[in-house]
Amino acid sequence: MSGTFVGMPAFPQAAHEALGNAQLRRNLAHATGTIRAKRQRLVDEVNANSDWEALRLAGAGVKESALVDLATHLETLERTLTANGATVHWANDAAEANAIVASIATRHGVNEVVKVKSMVTQEINLNEALAAEGIAAWETDLAELIVQLGDDLPSHILVPAIHRNRSEIRDIFLSKMAAAGRPAPADLTDEPAVLAAAARSHLREKFLRAKVGVSGANFAVAETGTLVVVESEGNGRMCLTLPEVLVSVVGIEKVVPTWEGLDPLLRLLPRSSTGERMNPYTSMWNGVASGDGPQEVHVVLLDNGRTNALADEVGRQALRCIRCSACLNVCPVYERTGGHAYGSVYPGPIGAILNPLLRGVGHDDQVDSLPYASSLCGACFDACPVRIDIPSVLVDLRAQVVDAHRGGVPKAEALAMKATAVAFSDARRLRFGERFTGLGLRVAGRVGARKWTSARDLPPAPRESFRAWWKRTDGGRR
Amino acid sequence: MSARDDILGRVRAALAGVESGYDVPVAPRIADVPDLVDLFAERVADYQATVERCTGSDLAARVAAALPSGARVVVPDGLSVEVPGGVRDRGFTAAELDTFDAVVTEARVGIAETGTIVLDHGAGQGRRAISLVPDLHVCIVRTDQVVPDVPDALPLLAPGATEGRPLTWISGPSATSDIELSRVEGVHGPRTLHVLVVG
Repeated sequence: MSGTFVGMPAFPQAAHEALGNAQLRRNLAHATGTIRAKRQRLVDEVNANSDWEALRLAGAGVKESALVDLATHLETLERTLTANGATVHWANDAAEANAIVASIATRHGVNEVVKVKSMVTQEINLNEALAAEGIAAWETDLAELIVQLGDDLPSHILVPAIHRNRSEIRDIFLSKMAAAGRPAPADLTDEPAVLAAAARSHLREKFLRAKVGVSGANFAVAETGTLVVVESEGNGRMCLTLPEVLVSVVGIEKVVPTWEGLDPLLRLLPRSSTGERMNPYTSMWNGVASGDGPQEVHVVLLDNGRTNALADEVGRQALRCIRCSACLNVCPVYERTGGHAYGSVYPGPIGAILNPLLRGVGHDDQVDSLPYASSLCGACFDACPVRIDIPSVLVDLRAQVVDAHRGGVPKAEALAMKATAVAFSDARRLRFGERFTGLGLRVAGRVGARKWTSARDLPPAPRESFRAWWKRTDGGRR
Repeated sequence: MSARDDILGRVRAALAGVESGYDVPVAPRIADVPDLVDLFAERVADYQATVERCTGSDLAARVAAALPSGARVVVPDGLSVEVPGGVRDRGFTAAELDTFDAVVTEARVGIAETGTIVLDHGAGQGRRAISLVPDLHVCIVRTDQVVPDVPDALPLLAPGATEGRPLTWISGPSATSDIELSRVEGVHGPRTLHVLVVG
């Protein structure tokens, strides 16, 4: 099963390594702080002439209405897309989806495709699957291009190269662009505008000759058979408009039942994501438009674990996610560890619930470690435009991870909890135990709880217990 | 069993016992805007587009002035204003379009709150590629096309979508913040957006 970077260590180890990288922490603090402030200004602006919370409720409602009748909406979407001239495919998992895309590309005899930035095609490792068939998949989003040319991994949903600074990007362009196509100019500086211009010229050649484009979709409107892609640079418009053939891989949770349902989502997404009132470009298309754009349009509807998540009563709400990344930018854990530590294309708080929900718990230590990658502070829930209660899902998933490991040797944490339950269930036992609190904490610091204490301080033990104090002072009266 | 039946079967099984039909709360509207067109012009300019207001009789001159002298300009069928030297789109290839410097189009809707222009690629707007490949997009929006916010625009755009026409929502020139989050206007789409608000 894909969706996780191969061979990644569990979160605590990966986070420990990331925390040692001072440059990364500076980049992250700057980036997340900047986007947080922009988003907050816009939330305040909405509250000045409308109501952000009511907008969130409407957005969550639209997505919830899609999920509770998902089968019906998917059938409607299939019907409207087909009526609009698109060919609809269904894929149970990554391998099926990749095979469908590869067969379409192969049928058209191409050895390359141009790609719009898309989380779902990263989730299924489409580029690697196409490469195995001898087809190059060119990423055209600037950050994705930086990641692809640098043979690197994305670290943020919205700005995947957030961990790279301008001089690193210049070096990557100078050393890697030539092998992929039009080379970077020799006098390339590290000015962002100059670097963007180099990417424009490098990619234009690819856009103009591309026969097959590959995209995801932010929304799929069942009622009208409309796919929607939200973007900034225009690379999306290029890939969706210029090729003769377009293949869009769409997770089944992307369905929006009605045309009007787009309203709260289109108001929520850019404000939560880039901190803009509206992103520069949004493309909407309804299958094939005669004489305009690709005349062969395919849509691959993908499960790949989404029905697992749908079956989870508490976790189901994670499928409301519109991939804005607001939860990453407010998360104190993400801000310090960065995205790579989560070992998945979905990092941050949403990744900490989405990966275990899609893949299931109990069979991969890396996945099982993710629900613990949180202080449960709740900032992600506050920021989420579709009101996903991430902390509650995290807690529920922790219980599922613990349950999944029952039967074997119980973990130290489980033993400690059991001992606590015994002590707290009886007043006499608790009184007895309290006498040893000080000693216990000192010993715990050295042995039993070292894993726990390696990242946290244990509180100093009080000199006497509350009960002893009460007895000595008669509740403070003596 | 096909993948389709597998997936729909798992969806139904996952939702067994979940009540069908979810009451979606009505999305809030923004408070009344005293001058819609002013707000539209201000918000479009906010995203580094050039915005000019003019009268109908002024329009042809303003369009001509917005185009650099000697520029090769492509225009769609049905454009209501005469563009000197403008070449009608004859279904040029992408490579041919790349030889044009500018495009002039009309629009379907302007959204004041977000500073957005929406093209539904009907008459006077042309197919998507012509307003994408040239580096300068001169876009004409009539004041009576400006609506307050996104929920006011969607019903006006529904017919185009139902008829199968694509839609392009444009808020300023193309932009990226992918390098250290510093905003650069102009990546792949037109690097200059010049909006003429008429009426």
